[in-house]
Amino acid sequence: MTIAPILLCAPLLVFLIVFFFAPLAVMLSYSVRNSEVPIVLPNLSKAIATWDGLGLPPASVFSALALDLKSNSDSMALGEAARRLDFEVPGYRALVFKTARRLQADQASTSGRDELTRIDARWANPRYWSALNRATASLTPAFFLAAFDLKMDDLGHITRVEEDRRVYLDTFLRTFQIGGTVTLLCLLLGYPIAFAITVLPRRFAAALTFSVILPFWTSLLVRTSAWIVVLSKDGVVNSFLTRLGVINEPLQLIFNRTGLYIVMVHILLPFMVLPIRSVMQGISPNYMKASASLGAHPFLGFFKVYLPLTLPGVGAGCLMTFIIAIGYYITPALVGGAGDNMISFFIAFHTNSVINWGMAAALGVVLLSAVLLIFGTFGRLLGLSRIVALK
Amino acid sequence: MKTNRIIAVYSCVMMLFLLGPLLAFLPISFSSVSFLSYPLPGYSLQWYEKVLQPTPWMFALKNSLIVGSLSTALATVLGTAAAFGLTRKNFPASGFVLALIVSPMIVPVVVTAVGTYFMFAKLGLVATFSGLVIAHTVLGVPFVVITVSSTLQTFDNRLLQAAYGLGASPIHAFFTIVLPLIANGVIAGAIFAFVTSFDEVVVAIFIGGPQQKTLPRQMFEGIKDNIDPSILAMSAILLLVTILLMVFLGLLRRR
Repeated sequence: MTIAPILLCAPLLVFLIVFFFAPLAVMLSYSVRNSEVPIVLPNLSKAIATWDGLGLPPASVFSALALDLKSNSDSMALGEAARRLDFEVPGYRALVFKTARRLQADQASTSGRDELTRIDARWANPRYWSALNRATASLTPAFFLAAFDLKMDDLGHITRVEEDRRVYLDTFLRTFQIGGTVTLLCLLLGYPIAFAITVLPRRFAAALTFSVILPFWTSLLVRTSAWIVVLSKDGVVNSFLTRLGVINEPLQLIFNRTGLYIVMVHILLPFMVLPIRSVMQGISPNYMKASASLGAHPFLGFFKVYLPLTLPGVGAGCLMTFIIAIGYYITPALVGGAGDNMISFFIAFHTNSVINWGMAAALGVVLLSAVLLIFGTFGRLLGLSRIVALK
Repeated sequence: MKTNRIIAVYSCVMMLFLLGPLLAFLPISFSSVSFLSYPLPGYSLQWYEKVLQPTPWMFALKNSLIVGSLSTALATVLGTAAAFGLTRKNFPASGFVLALIVSPMIVPVVVTAVGTYFMFAKLGLVATFSGLVIAHTVLGVPFVVITVSSTLQTFDNRLLQAAYGLGASPIHAFFTIVLPLIANGVIAGAIFAFVTSFDEVVVAIFIGGPQQKTLPRQMFEGIKDNIDPSILAMSAILLLVTILLMVFLGLLRRR
């Protein structure tokens, strides 16, 4: 009798483990593993492991590299390895291709230190060898460091990357700032809406509820295209304001931060209103009557009695809104400006455009950790069922 | 009384903010020209004609409907069984298991999409039909579990015991006693799962490849490249379907 419920749950749990939790684990492994270089340069990876990392490696390491590059026949895999090395030292990619091409064209078998340094003097620079050393270790912190605009220098110290390559810290900050602003705007606009729903006459309240829920159910892309029509240069808002004589020049309301805020607030407002409303509907009007009969001004009664009672709903609404906002990808891509990229943009960029899976994975892990940390801290306080029982 | 007036005015302004954009684009979908501003020089049905052409719109719509239906079916079966198991008394660690099941709702979709892409690349499921159905099932199943669980909380367990007492097998009892009583919850959960898949675009972009074009992807690319009234015509059709679904759900809840 006790085994049956578990058996009923098992198919879903197995399904989720294989197709949801395992993918997250794969992402985690991609964020720390070095696979590109060891696959293409197996002899070098073995040889360089014996090097102490000081100065130039012994001649055997040079020979191993020359051998690997000479015998390479998989140019796609070589490209991936070269890209991984370029991530360590810019320009490395071209060096690898040049060296491989020259080694393969050159039939003479005197491979080793002389041959490599003759092809390119950079092979006499320890910098390129310590980069190789870092890229052949089985685990690497490089992607996580890069996610925070840090890198390991040739001496093994952690330093900040060059000024013009610092993008991710700013992007994380911007992501949290946009998420925070949107959450605050949703709270300021949404709390009175939820309150209005509970006090307005029935028909009016039903109409207001409908106008919160209809956008909630409407496709994200339908809402986005609707806003583009409304906010564009010759859109409804601008032509209305021009006709009123309020403005002479059309305002830039979309494809910038303003547009992003407007559209995100519109999309996320229901996530704020619905949990607050469900808490408010459970508050007996007798509390406010009691506080009034005890002589409290309605304002004092509101702040001392009503507001604290609604805090669980406020917490659930803010938590859900913030978590959804910091993971947003579609809306910033469509209505944001060039400087409004959020972290999801870079995750997608590294996965689909530049194919740096390690970097995409590390950024994904950082975003996931932030969400889980926030959820673990506040979700426990509020109770899971209140937060997810939204729709 | 003054407070009441402020509340009423505020509510009207917010209704305008929430519904206005959804109403403002509708007339432009009937425009006779391709630009997106008022006043309209004339009316035509050309944009509706355009989205009713087989490619690209109807092809994408058909694909979305098929992916949505299959992932909904899968999510509903897996989710209903799990919800029924979870709500039995003495289920071990039910809070923890529920947290696992609803985690696809909490993990940012872009993170799920990246992980799924890496995993599916290993399994050869990228740019396949079954891959997209599986990924959408993962996203839809928490809604089924939550909706069905909350319906099951009002289910009287003594009915099940009575069925057992009269000699029904557990499977027979489930299909003849439990399922008819929780049918509304199951249908509502299925609708949530369907809408989740039908409106999903991030995972579809990551793992769909060029082959699996869904309606949201078609719209995303259309908005990104060059937004024209055909996207608004499709939006109008989707808005109508949304309203019908909402009315249907409202009727389900009332019963």
